[in-house]
Amino acid sequence: MAEDPETFRTETRSWLEANCPPAMREPMRSDKDATWGGRNPSFAHPDQKVWMDRMGARGWTVPDWPREYGGGGLSAAETKILREEMARLRCRNPLNSFGISMLGPALLKYGTEAQKLEHLPKIARGEIRWCQGYSEPNAGSDLAGLQTSAEDMGDHFLVNGQKVWTSYADEADWIFCLVRTDRTTKQGGISFLLFDMASEGVSTKPILLISGYSPFCETFFDNVKVPKANLLGDLNKGWDVAKYLLGHEREMISGMGLGGSGGNALVEGALRTIGADEGGRLADPLLRAQIALFEVRARAFAAMSERFIDELKAGRAHPAQPSMMKYYGTELNKTRHELVMAAGGSDALEWESEASNHGATPRAWLRTKANSIEGGTSEIQLNIIAKRILELPS
Amino acid sequence: MPLYLTDEQAMLRDTARDFVAEHAPVSHMRALRDAGDSTGFSRGLWRQFAELGLTGILIPEAQGGLGLGHVEAGVVLEEIGRNLSPSPFLATAVGAVEALKGSAHADRWFPGIVAGETVAALAIDEGAKHNGRIAMRAERSGNGFRLSGTKQFVAHGHVADLLIVAARTEGGTTLFALPRDTAGLTVTPERLADAGIAARLTFDGVEVDADAVIGEVDRGDAPLARMLAGGRVGASAELLGVGGGAMDRTVSYLKERKQFGQPIGSFQALQHRAAHLYSEMEVARAAVLKAQQLLDAGDPGATDAVSVAKAMTSLATTLAVQEGIQMHGGIGMTDEYDIGFYMKRARVLAELFGDANFHADALARAAGY
Repeated sequence: MAEDPETFRTETRSWLEANCPPAMREPMRSDKDATWGGRNPSFAHPDQKVWMDRMGARGWTVPDWPREYGGGGLSAAETKILREEMARLRCRNPLNSFGISMLGPALLKYGTEAQKLEHLPKIARGEIRWCQGYSEPNAGSDLAGLQTSAEDMGDHFLVNGQKVWTSYADEADWIFCLVRTDRTTKQGGISFLLFDMASEGVSTKPILLISGYSPFCETFFDNVKVPKANLLGDLNKGWDVAKYLLGHEREMISGMGLGGSGGNALVEGALRTIGADEGGRLADPLLRAQIALFEVRARAFAAMSERFIDELKAGRAHPAQPSMMKYYGTELNKTRHELVMAAGGSDALEWESEASNHGATPRAWLRTKANSIEGGTSEIQLNIIAKRILELPS
Repeated sequence: MPLYLTDEQAMLRDTARDFVAEHAPVSHMRALRDAGDSTGFSRGLWRQFAELGLTGILIPEAQGGLGLGHVEAGVVLEEIGRNLSPSPFLATAVGAVEALKGSAHADRWFPGIVAGETVAALAIDEGAKHNGRIAMRAERSGNGFRLSGTKQFVAHGHVADLLIVAARTEGGTTLFALPRDTAGLTVTPERLADAGIAARLTFDGVEVDADAVIGEVDRGDAPLARMLAGGRVGASAELLGVGGGAMDRTVSYLKERKQFGQPIGSFQALQHRAAHLYSEMEVARAAVLKAQQLLDAGDPGATDAVSVAKAMTSLATTLAVQEGIQMHGGIGMTDEYDIGFYMKRARVLAELFGDANFHADALARAAGY
């Protein structure tokens, strides 16, 4: 560390206090308050842009990336201090980004110097918004069965096919995409391509979900020309990049089990709707018990997350452990939202009223049902744990 | 502090693992049971624990112990759990030591504990469920006190040299340290489902000297809380061993046992359940280490963390032993096979110092709902 931790903490705290706008210290009311950046960014509040730009300029949207790629160049210990100070001030996340959580780590590991310099700083500053082209109509859990093809045309690839469940494809600027470059083998014939969603031949169609939102799209490629320089990693070795990236995605999703403020938010909601008994305890004893037992698991999982991060940093985590984290975290998150709905009663069923913030609670509940499907289903994670960690026979 | 074992802690674990597996494997417990042994554990084995220094693991170095913490006590307890070794370690080396630490009684009792000569028992519970309420009374009588009431579920209470007893005094709770042969005390051993022995103690106006008081009169809450925290996190570590031992046996069995011409571990229905069990056990393991570290650091968050650890290990280990028997099939129901012992031991440890419901309720109360 360049300076001593306490100096860094003091300086970080005063910078955040001076630079994080008060509106960015308020809890988010809905998904619309999240900042995603991009070429045509949308901000529900002007301070979202201020906050993103200030953090991006400092490299603090990606504090532990190297400075030459737009990062903050912070050590792990400094990054931890920054996150702690942000949490202390309740600073919102300045930038939500698949570029940060998924593509970035893969670019850092597999990218050429030119690719890193081209893409990473724009991710860090929120200038380019990325989406992920993995799943296809006939390649969901069996991801390696994908058929979208990239034909070698000498100076470029010609991409044809269809993706599905492409999160925010209609709002993304670029896509990182798995394509088939060899039909004679399954995993060994996949390559990893990066290309501009504004390329000719790319079209998207949002899919309306049970939550009433359309965060996912069908994405179509019709003779899309992609320069060869946009291949990430080696030709036909895209599966390695994809697996590496999926590990990061699972880590990110597993964190959702810890989202919100744990049991307390549940209890506050339940006390509002159900009330307390004479002893000051939640008047529905069965719900109280369910919340309390949920809290046991949620707090234990918080310890597990801490342990997982510590082991990752020390290089001692089992490579398949992200599967366990993803499985447990997402199942826990679904349980949390079932309890939120049970605690909310009929208030939690309001779908469009102003008071309910346009049904934020039931929509969030429905959204969580995808947690154990996206990024590899719970069943796929259990397969991985069984085979790779417990080494059960095939 | 990172949430994994340091190199020194891992070395201690390896030492404990080899020692317990060699000297007190499940067959040791089976032999004691089959012999109808009325002590319930081996005094000789306890002295061997002492030779390794383990009985004094939590005793300060200045008093002849190793001066280590709950993380280190836990790695020993986990191995005891994994081998279902009948041992007074939890009650003596953890519970009693935590209760006596810093009091005048430490000088009297610690040398015997360090030497592996002294065994202690904790007299806390007064009903079938651990509830933290103490009805037993200790009334001033002459220079000392007169104790009246009953205690139950006192592991090793029938053979222990030292009893730690919690009683209600005029102005609060008081903790007493007494020799088991104190006149007037009736001790009735009861064999439990796991073949261990716990005693019922009846105090019918038992006279004790004032110097039996641990610390100060009416101020027993602090040493009692320390003893319970140690006992709870220790029982969690032992549960982790029981659950882990059951899971390891079950996973091995899934790899060996063939049905329909293939190992049953290749069936997805069983793979998914085994993988789910693994996840629960890993989460429980993290919760235990977190609680141990917070306790060792004197962190105020330790109380909640200990409740999380005890509740989570109870849930996870209960699953481990249930899945263990189910996946073993019919052979899991036989006395000849060891997996059933794991189920019985898990049930006892889950109940000890409060079950999952007790600790979930404690968390809810602490959070104000």
